[in-house]
Amino acid sequence: MSAGPATVPAPAISRRFPPVAELTTVSLALVVVGGILMASYAPRRPPLGVPAVLAVAGAVLLFASGYLLARVRPFAWDRFFLVFRWALLAYVISAGMIGFAFVKDHVRGALLALVLVMLVIYALDVPLVIAFTVARYASPAGHAGSLPDLSRPA
Amino acid sequence: MTDVGNVQAAGVGTAQVTARPTVQVVPLKGLPVVAAVVVFVIAAIAGNWLWALTFCHVVGGALWTAIDLFVGLIVGPILARLPLPARAEFTARFMPKMVLLMPTLVLMTLAAGFQLALKLGNLSPASPNHSWLVVSYCVVGVMAVIALGVLEPANIAVLFEMRKPEPDGAVIATLMRRFILTAGVTGVMQVATLIIMTRVATQ
Repeated sequence: MSAGPATVPAPAISRRFPPVAELTTVSLALVVVGGILMASYAPRRPPLGVPAVLAVAGAVLLFASGYLLARVRPFAWDRFFLVFRWALLAYVISAGMIGFAFVKDHVRGALLALVLVMLVIYALDVPLVIAFTVARYASPAGHAGSLPDLSRPA
Repeated sequence: MTDVGNVQAAGVGTAQVTARPTVQVVPLKGLPVVAAVVVFVIAAIAGNWLWALTFCHVVGGALWTAIDLFVGLIVGPILARLPLPARAEFTARFMPKMVLLMPTLVLMTLAAGFQLALKLGNLSPASPNHSWLVVSYCVVGVMAVIALGVLEPANIAVLFEMRKPEPDGAVIATLMRRFILTAGVTGVMQVATLIIMTRVATQ
């Protein structure tokens, strides 16, 4: 007797996921555009309306991708968190350095707050997309069966 | 980053990877060097130290652009003609170094560059370089989103895949495709950077 299709682990490549990486990358792009808008005014004080809207949109997309990711079962969470925490460390250092430069240049008040919010989004976006990309091709711990298509709700 | 793209695209195909060396995703021996560079850049910014800011921006930018174009245009096509085991061997040794090298160069270049432009007055709207610098922000923005959101995740995922006892060639090939698709864009952006920066330096 041969094993039925349901008992054969599906190849990682064929498994479909919600658009976590896409949403996170768009979130990153929005923050980058906001940063460019603000930087284009330097050393003057930029208008904060459009960058604030972009930051809020970036945060919403980040939360959305986090929400979609949290619902994924089964998933290689051990691999995800292994990569996420080290990438987070690297990008917190990177964001901290950028933030330090703004503080050093006497950026204060609402502008500094907005810059810091954007840096937080950046420091979460990149580790999230890296860790997701690595973990989506890893086998979930203790999982031996076929892996479901997660690109649409059950 | 075109370098990563072409090397990896050339490095591993859809066929099975055999006789692979052990892959270390992040070369730990390189971390002290990275830390030293970061400390140096922070000191240059904190002290508003003209020579150090110029050094970090010029050296970092030159290496970033040169490595990107050299590896993308020269090393990548050579690798594409090598036998599969040789490509896998090269990729396993080369890509982990790029994981540390390229983000460090980018951070060094951009952080020092912004501070340098501020110090030299190039950011002022009255400066003839102002509009060129705004264009350079856009160029860097495109490269940043591609590098951070598309290429770096694929690069690290490939290295993790290559660490497995039996790497899935289809997974690696799928991830590689990202590099091929974005290589042209990043190559054009790097040439644009060269044009913009030489304009800025001579106005």
